[in-house]
Amino acid sequence: MIKFNQVYKRYPGGHEALKNVNFDIAEGEMVYLTGHSGAGKSTLLKLIAAIERPSSGGVLVKGQNIRSIKSAAIPQLRRNIGLIFQDHKLLFDRNAFDNVMLPLQICGFEHRESAKRVRAALDKVGLLDREKANPIALSGGEQQRLCIARAIVNRPTILLADEPTGNLDTEYANEIMNIFKSFHQVGVTLLISTHDESILRMFPARALHLKQGELQA
Amino acid sequence: MKTLIEHLRVLHHTLRRLLLTPNSTLLNVLIIGIALSLPVGGYVLLKSVQALGAQIAGTPQISMFLATGTGSGDIEHIGDKLKQQAGIKSIEFVSREVALKKLQQSTGLSDVIGGLSQNPLPDAFVVYPGDGSVKALEALRDELKTWQHVEHVQLDSAWIHKLEALLDFGRMAVAILAALLSFALIAITFNTIRLQILTRREEIEVAKLIGATDAFIRRPFLYFGFTQGLLGGIAAWLLVAGSLLLLNHQVGTLTQLYAGNFSLQHLSLADSVTLLGFSAYLGWLGAWFSVSQHLWQIEPR
Repeated sequence: MIKFNQVYKRYPGGHEALKNVNFDIAEGEMVYLTGHSGAGKSTLLKLIAAIERPSSGGVLVKGQNIRSIKSAAIPQLRRNIGLIFQDHKLLFDRNAFDNVMLPLQICGFEHRESAKRVRAALDKVGLLDREKANPIALSGGEQQRLCIARAIVNRPTILLADEPTGNLDTEYANEIMNIFKSFHQVGVTLLISTHDESILRMFPARALHLKQGELQA
Repeated sequence: MKTLIEHLRVLHHTLRRLLLTPNSTLLNVLIIGIALSLPVGGYVLLKSVQALGAQIAGTPQISMFLATGTGSGDIEHIGDKLKQQAGIKSIEFVSREVALKKLQQSTGLSDVIGGLSQNPLPDAFVVYPGDGSVKALEALRDELKTWQHVEHVQLDSAWIHKLEALLDFGRMAVAILAALLSFALIAITFNTIRLQILTRREEIEVAKLIGATDAFIRRPFLYFGFTQGLLGGIAAWLLVAGSLLLLNHQVGTLTQLYAGNFSLQHLSLADSVTLLGFSAYLGWLGAWFSVSQHLWQIEPR
């Protein structure tokens, strides 16, 4: 599903964010991406979603090489990937419902069908009763869950989560991890970046450990 | 169907956005309207003057004056020759006696003319050419000049020439003005859209991250540019129409004094449609440049 082959990412100025990264994630697998901040976790996720391109090496996502993917093919790729951001990237000029609606609008869904899907996604993350609320009025945990609802409303086959439990209490973090676990059970491929060791102990799965841009065995 | 619904949705949002900031919308529309009304007004003026020129000029004619003392046999011969000459529609012979009478009647110089001991006027032919173009007229004049017994050939087209040259000059000036102000219109839209993009940066970024195509992101801005350009075109049309109404009132008094028949023509339906289409297109173009520039900046590298 996701395959990295001798991947390097250099930024202008010479900083090497990733060095010779190799790994393979099978379809339906749940994998952690661990390491300190600045170890290259976010860069790695960005490469998978084609937000950035690798400097060299091959990044294969669902059989497509990110290094050579045409700009016009990127939207279609991203519609198959649910992105969950550490800073949520919610839009504060519209309510929770419309935030989750955005991916469906982008794909051109018919309104009634998409309204049903939005409510199902909000229900899944336990925010059905807050659909009219502006995201700014939601708590940190609720904002994170809203971001998850937006990522899954499209029913993507891959979910990428960048520090989804980053600023949350253990209780909220567990809630969110339980949501992820339920996606894993229905066959979604998950890659979750985290520096929170307690999560790994409570929800064990394979972990890729990054240290200064290099994958540790 | 799917796309139609999407387009209607975007149109609805665009109109709402225009109404949300009525002041800046009004100002932009007015600026575009004024910018466009200048070349359009010039165009209308030129068209009216051109029509006036055609009206006054009527059919061009060539006066061919014969040498004094040309016998009636020769005159008849020249008449026959003229009839056979290509490019002539009809001819009219004005004998020196008739010409004198006409002069007496028309100028009020009857006393002076009556005092003349002999008729100073020559016999003349008035030639009505078939082809009214300046080139054909000049060719015909040069041909007639070479004939025997012909003293002088006069072509009444010199002033048409001058008017034509003046109109050409005016047309060029209007074209330059139109080109410059078209750029201004594009720049105005470019800037408006740029400011909108700045305030909606997050939305664009998020939309791109979750799989929006460039077309999807461009669409609302293109609609906005198009609508704003169209409204600007309508404003220009109204400005020109209003100005013509005022000017025609003045021209009416003026032409009455000169016993003429002249009024500024209003824009034809085709011209109006062209104006609106063009301004809408320029607005669209400005928006397209603006969004494309921004999208290019956030492409993955």
